[in-house]
Amino acid sequence: QRCLSLIKSTKFLNAYITVAEETALKQAEESEKRYKRGQPLGVLDGIPIAVKDNFNTAGIETTCASNMLKGYISPYNATVVQKLLDQGAVLLGKTNLDEFAMGSGSTDGVFGPVRNPWSYSRQYKEKSVPKSHSEDKDSNWVITGGSSGGSAAAVSSFTCFAALGSDTGGSTRNPAAHCGVVGLKPTYGLISRHGLIPLVNSMDVPGILTRCVDDAAVVLGSLAGHDPKDSTTIQDNFKPFELSDLTDVSKLSIGIPKEYHAPGLSSEILALWSKAADLFKNAGAKVIEVSLPHTRYSIVCYHVLCTAEVASNMARFDGLEYGHRSDMNKSTESMYAATRREGFNDVVRGRILSGNYFLLKQNYENYFIKAQKVRRLIANDFVKVFGSGVDILLTPTTLSDAIPYMEFIKEDNRTRSAQDDILTQAANMAGLPAINVPTALSERGLPVGLQFIGRSFQEKQLLTVAKWFEKQVKFPMIQLDEHNGNLKQISKP
Amino acid sequence: LCLWGHPYLNSIFLLFFFFFSLTPWVPVVGLEIHAQISSNSKLFSGSQVQFAAPPNSLVSFFDASLPGTLPVLNRRCVEAAVMTGLALNCSINKKSLFDRKHYFYADLPAGYQITQQRVPIAVNGSLSYSLCIDNKMSQMVTKTVRIKQIQLEQDSGKSLHDDVRSQTLVDLNRAGVGLMEVVMEPDMCCGEEAAAAVRELQLILQTLGSSQAVMAEGQLRVDANVSVHHPGEPYGVRTEVKNINSIRFLAKAVDYEIERQIEELESGGTILNETRAFDSKLGCTVPMRDKEGKQDYRFMPEPNLPPLILYNARSLPANMNHQQVVNIDWIHERLPDLPSVKRAKLVEQYGILPEHSFTLLNEAGLTEFFEDVIKQTQMKPKKVIGWILNDLLSYLKQHSLTVKESPVSSFLLADLLNRLEKKEISSTAAKQVFAELWKGEGKTPLEIVKEKKLQLIQDQEDLERICQAVIDGQENEVIICQCRKDGVLALPHLLGRTRSSLPGSLV
Repeated sequence: QRCLSLIKSTKFLNAYITVAEETALKQAEESEKRYKRGQPLGVLDGIPIAVKDNFNTAGIETTCASNMLKGYISPYNATVVQKLLDQGAVLLGKTNLDEFAMGSGSTDGVFGPVRNPWSYSRQYKEKSVPKSHSEDKDSNWVITGGSSGGSAAAVSSFTCFAALGSDTGGSTRNPAAHCGVVGLKPTYGLISRHGLIPLVNSMDVPGILTRCVDDAAVVLGSLAGHDPKDSTTIQDNFKPFELSDLTDVSKLSIGIPKEYHAPGLSSEILALWSKAADLFKNAGAKVIEVSLPHTRYSIVCYHVLCTAEVASNMARFDGLEYGHRSDMNKSTESMYAATRREGFNDVVRGRILSGNYFLLKQNYENYFIKAQKVRRLIANDFVKVFGSGVDILLTPTTLSDAIPYMEFIKEDNRTRSAQDDILTQAANMAGLPAINVPTALSERGLPVGLQFIGRSFQEKQLLTVAKWFEKQVKFPMIQLDEHNGNLKQISKP
Repeated sequence: LCLWGHPYLNSIFLLFFFFFSLTPWVPVVGLEIHAQISSNSKLFSGSQVQFAAPPNSLVSFFDASLPGTLPVLNRRCVEAAVMTGLALNCSINKKSLFDRKHYFYADLPAGYQITQQRVPIAVNGSLSYSLCIDNKMSQMVTKTVRIKQIQLEQDSGKSLHDDVRSQTLVDLNRAGVGLMEVVMEPDMCCGEEAAAAVRELQLILQTLGSSQAVMAEGQLRVDANVSVHHPGEPYGVRTEVKNINSIRFLAKAVDYEIERQIEELESGGTILNETRAFDSKLGCTVPMRDKEGKQDYRFMPEPNLPPLILYNARSLPANMNHQQVVNIDWIHERLPDLPSVKRAKLVEQYGILPEHSFTLLNEAGLTEFFEDVIKQTQMKPKKVIGWILNDLLSYLKQHSLTVKESPVSSFLLADLLNRLEKKEISSTAAKQVFAELWKGEGKTPLEIVKEKKLQLIQDQEDLERICQAVIDGQENEVIICQCRKDGVLALPHLLGRTRSSLPGSLV
């Protein structure tokens, strides 16, 4: 209930598209009953969670922040949603995103942009210098990053304890970094995508956003494992694990990929990255510079493969079986065209057009096949590095801290995506697990995170190292007026 | 070169063209056949496969392309394709891939079809079929057509155009049903060959059980690729002919199209690389609605399905759960006898002619009927076959009945044939009894014989007395009688007289 009222009081963040108040209260009630009987369904029983609005939730609207699916009520739950519900988790609502998860700001959905809760934090307000007297305090708010901005904001502002996002090119880790929360991208094939409305089928994974690494491990434990409904999940039996407290890091080998010193990387973050490397070194770990030579091709490669898959995945939105249908009915073709023009925003339509271009017979070899080959090279870079004895890679997650919305929208979605995805998207190409750990506050009082990339299916090792790091850096808690000092009561029991 | 003797008028014109053309034409015919897989559920989803169910009652979330749904491959469909591939002498690809073929149409909810364009499940096979020369069933010739490949793919839904209300009604029951596309190389040269090849494929599929292959129910669909050229020159432009709803129409459509192309080219025209529909009422092909330019299907690998890996006894890993794998050798060991083998066995076992074995297999249930009769009668199979093919089958055809619906059971026919063998009745009488049995009034052959007094007279004295009576009525004729134990052999003109004095019995 406190979460629900907090959601209401933080409505200006625009983190939620749908708040499922009635069902949530019912679920909470039932959970309480179970606890009274001493029969909780699991660790997550009664825990309020939020789910990005591109996951199917039965009976609750699923919009993908698009006109195409406004009012769409799915008849089934995504596997990950079902698993959470089976554990007794309380589904508070569906969170805001960039339309169809395309974007790096959570600014291009039809329900408007998501505001970073840190914009309203004491830490940020103290540091920010108003440009002029007459300037509306409100216009200085910063973005959450994207595309799972709503989920990140929800966790960051304490309106829920964990949230599901999705990660295709960094969409969970990017907003996690900007909002100061833990964002985990699991290995491709570990968690079922059944019910996640796809962006790029060969790169999408459900992402986990929490306030600490231990929580992420718990949620991972309840979600991972083979799903017969998703043929790309691995068959091996997954065993949920508890994270031990790492005391001795001397056996660890941390790799620092030099190509991640990307153009545009803020000096602040560069310094933080260096400090983190020293942290490991001083604790006895082996810290070495490594090279992932094909990193610079990954953005272009990603764009070709992503738009091609998008063009294909969006072909089903024709207004016939579900979703928006245009009133135009002169012919089937004209109905399709009008429906898709009305239902999709410019970003989506732009990617569809590009994708179809790359898939044309005359272009397929030069673009799609080439990009697949480059993808293989990028993946092999990681294989080589991990094969040479490196356990974990340490990199920045974003190029800078969150920028103000007014500045962000000066460039178009494609430009921004190309800039912002650069540090996160190679992990999607290679299918590797990666996690953002909030590290420190920037000079502007905004969160900055660092990224750890691990070996395929070695989430346990990845999270163990992340947890150790989290303990070392002691990232500060957000100080929001809306919390009115009630945070201790809302915190995890 | 083609074989003549086609009974249709078209072929006579074709004949003229061949004789009176300046240079001969070589028609080239290839086929693309879609066979619906006989399975309980669809290729990638669990919804049921059933003919003529209420519209949109067999549609799963995946079939309706609800966002977020994913394909899950149906093992039975894979087995059906492997069986078919083996029966058609194909190499089975141990690793095959799935692709998306994109186009927008109301009966394709996802905007793409999942198919196998890059690496299909089976390649490089062959199919042998037989034709009879001169339509006399006396000489059969065997031909072979190469099978280019067999691929697994999804069927689309059905759309019905309601022109009155200018709307299209879409039924997705069929969307997602598994299909095997069998591609036959252009090794055929006329409608008759195409029809025979398809007929043989149909029999094979039905024998395997991989498809029920009933064209009328849409379980077997055939598109023909037709072109003509002069010998020694490169192949001509080909057209694709669709909307062929029976094997008979297939032959007609192909022959019409060959003729049309020859006519067109001889009058100085050109052939467009187009798709044409066969109009069964008019017996001709017409251009289909024009698609602007060529379709680019923007093929892309299906990212939600890993490569399909098949195993054989050698490559099967020891610890693999055998429920999770398809073993090619296991399937091979369990293949039933194919039609060609069945026919050869029939010929060898019963001493019947090859063309008889074709007819037996061509009619559903006829072989079983024949063999049932053989079991219950002393008559030699070589004689029984005559009754099956000339009498039973022609009655069935006359009344448009299937063997299953025959009012004469194998038991009854065997009984009748036994009496004929024992010479209780003559063969003419037997035909009469058969006609009576056909009425299906429940009478046994014995009852009919008694009723119609068709029994042969066995008694020597009786026969002599009757003959004497006839002879006595013929004063000025020289009569030669030869009395035998089993009857009297008399001269034909006497025979007629004798016959008329004996109700129905053959002397």
